[in-house]
Amino acid sequence: MNAATETLHFVRNEQVEAAPPPRLVRGPLAWMRENLFSSIPNALLTLATIYLLYVIVPPVLRFFILDAVWVGVDRDACRAETVGRPVGACWAFVADKINYFIYGSYPIPERWRVDVFFVLLAIGVAWMLWLNAPRRGLGAIYFFVVLPILSVLLLAGFKPLSLPPVQTSLWGGVLVTIVVSAVGIVFSLPFGVLLALGRRSKLPIVRLFSVVFIEFVRGVPLITVLFMANTMLPLFLSEGVTIDRLMRPLVGVALFASAYMAEVVRGGLQAMPKGQYEGAMALGLSYPRMMYFIILPQALRIVIPGIVNTFIGLFKDTTLVAIVGIFDLIRTIEASRVDPNWATPTTSLTGYAFAAVFYFLCCWGMSRYSLGVERRLAAGQKR
Amino acid sequence: MKKALVTIAIGLAASVAATAASAQATLNAVKQRGTLQCGANPSLAGFGVPDAQGNWTGLDVEFCRAISAAIFNDPNKVRFIPLSAKDRFTALQSGEIDVLVRNSTATMSRDTSLGLDFPAINYFDGQGFMVRKTLGVASAKELSGASVCTQQGTTTELNLADFFRANNLKYEVVAFATADETFKAYDAGRCDAFTTDASGLYAERLKATNPDDHIVLPEIISKEPLGPVVRHADNQWGDIVRWTHFAMLNAEELGITKANVDQMLKSDNPEIKRLLGTEGKYGEAIGLTNDWAYRIIKHVGNYGESFERNVGQGSRLKIQRGQNALWTKGGLQYGLPVR
Repeated sequence: MNAATETLHFVRNEQVEAAPPPRLVRGPLAWMRENLFSSIPNALLTLATIYLLYVIVPPVLRFFILDAVWVGVDRDACRAETVGRPVGACWAFVADKINYFIYGSYPIPERWRVDVFFVLLAIGVAWMLWLNAPRRGLGAIYFFVVLPILSVLLLAGFKPLSLPPVQTSLWGGVLVTIVVSAVGIVFSLPFGVLLALGRRSKLPIVRLFSVVFIEFVRGVPLITVLFMANTMLPLFLSEGVTIDRLMRPLVGVALFASAYMAEVVRGGLQAMPKGQYEGAMALGLSYPRMMYFIILPQALRIVIPGIVNTFIGLFKDTTLVAIVGIFDLIRTIEASRVDPNWATPTTSLTGYAFAAVFYFLCCWGMSRYSLGVERRLAAGQKR
Repeated sequence: MKKALVTIAIGLAASVAATAASAQATLNAVKQRGTLQCGANPSLAGFGVPDAQGNWTGLDVEFCRAISAAIFNDPNKVRFIPLSAKDRFTALQSGEIDVLVRNSTATMSRDTSLGLDFPAINYFDGQGFMVRKTLGVASAKELSGASVCTQQGTTTELNLADFFRANNLKYEVVAFATADETFKAYDAGRCDAFTTDASGLYAERLKATNPDDHIVLPEIISKEPLGPVVRHADNQWGDIVRWTHFAMLNAEELGITKANVDQMLKSDNPEIKRLLGTEGKYGEAIGLTNDWAYRIIKHVGNYGESFERNVGQGSRLKIQRGQNALWTKGGLQYGLPVR
């Protein structure tokens, strides 16, 4: 035993040869080796991607920025044979029509009202979204009660304040896009929560109503609802009775969004462990208090990605109202691009590119904000 | 939350217009409301397009303004309701609009089974061809063996087949799903000729890389009479729409323009006197004032002026009068006499 231990004993008595220095582990080269060319398939994919970017990016940049025309008064500014060089995007067209894209046909002397509406909405959104804002309870009342009333009075007109009425057929562009999506978002969240609670309720009639409503609305495409509202509904009403053409799709969109929101919220409610309900009941909380203080705050946090996803989908779905003759941003661009004063080979493309930028910025903003909120609310669960 | 809902509902429900428009009372309803509700095409070059300020312009739009001028002595008492091709007739049938001026083709089935009337034709359109100048073709009958770009599943495609078969010509159809794609393909040289309604040819030509390289051939191979539409059974209202058009035609024929209409009031020509209402009571017979035609010409102008301003030489479309010339100049526009 002793002898064996002794023979295994080892003491190194010369210096170990110095190992070669490690390959670069920091700096751009090392990063590239590790992330872009770590294996042969990885390297091939990287090269393919770089080639694709090389094929796509320069022409896009050239078309939209380098060859683009930024100023001009009519189509001659954007035609290759009058300019004498290849012409890309015709941003001068967007610049000329920008007021129409924002306000539609809203009467020019009254357009300040739309600006005020945008400012009021921005205040409301900032108040609601900025988590450290003062008096957020007041902010919620402002956003869900005061703002809708003010907006209707401001945009549609209110005699006592000497705001002349402006018919909704004159509204258009970004204004309509914002109004339709704001109505959808503002109405769908509270209604969605109510419907989700209704669907999980123990009261049979409430539950039946919620289930039927949700399943029915989810079972029809939005476009069908819009066609029904704008093409069929007038035939059912007695002759001469008409409902405002903008009001009809607004109601349709709000109902539609509520049904989808309800299912998202229900997902959150079902993810709550039973112990949370039982704990709340053991404390003697009534049903509304249990929901308000214990269940909903946790359930809604879980489904923030789903809620924002629904909002983004809704925001983009608002373009469908264009099909039933409502002048949202897309429709105003469609109407302007045929203008003979601006007809060039690139006019349509420029108009659509403008719309793409607008929608991307809005959706991207919503998505970034929700990521921030998620991170903040999940702080308690981090390990 | 509920409070907000109720308020919004009330606010928007206030705009629910309850106009009792029975069969004979469109004119009364319009007068009572103080505005004419006109169904319009929101995006057809030369016929209905909003300008940068959002004001409506175009030949069809000016027709609505002419009706408004005849009734209210003000061309701006019109509320334009943008309508798609699908919901235009419903909007008229349900009474949501008073008159539809949206490049609608007058056909027998629309006139009869839809319960509509086409009181006048304010633009005779028809399918035509556009080719490159370099092709050296002067007539559609020389298009034998040509490839033709057209839009899928439209009557355009059927008319094309009929025309080439009737003339015993060979051709090849290159069809696309949308109008934009079709023209892009023609512009890129995918086919020798491009076909659609003649008014559309001129509008599309502006989008070509080199508009001057293309010509529109003289042949018109189909009939597309476009005009205002009203509900069947209100004859008085139909008369007003019809005579608005005839007043503009007669004014052109008699040389009355927006600029000289005031001097023309002193004219001794009995036809002019009857038209401008200095003689006879023709306006009262259709429920308007006797100076109804004077108002139309004063505010909008005669047919020729409106045509040239919106689609003709005064516009970028530069459409020839062709079939829309007065009957005295070989066209089809014929204003019935005021007497």
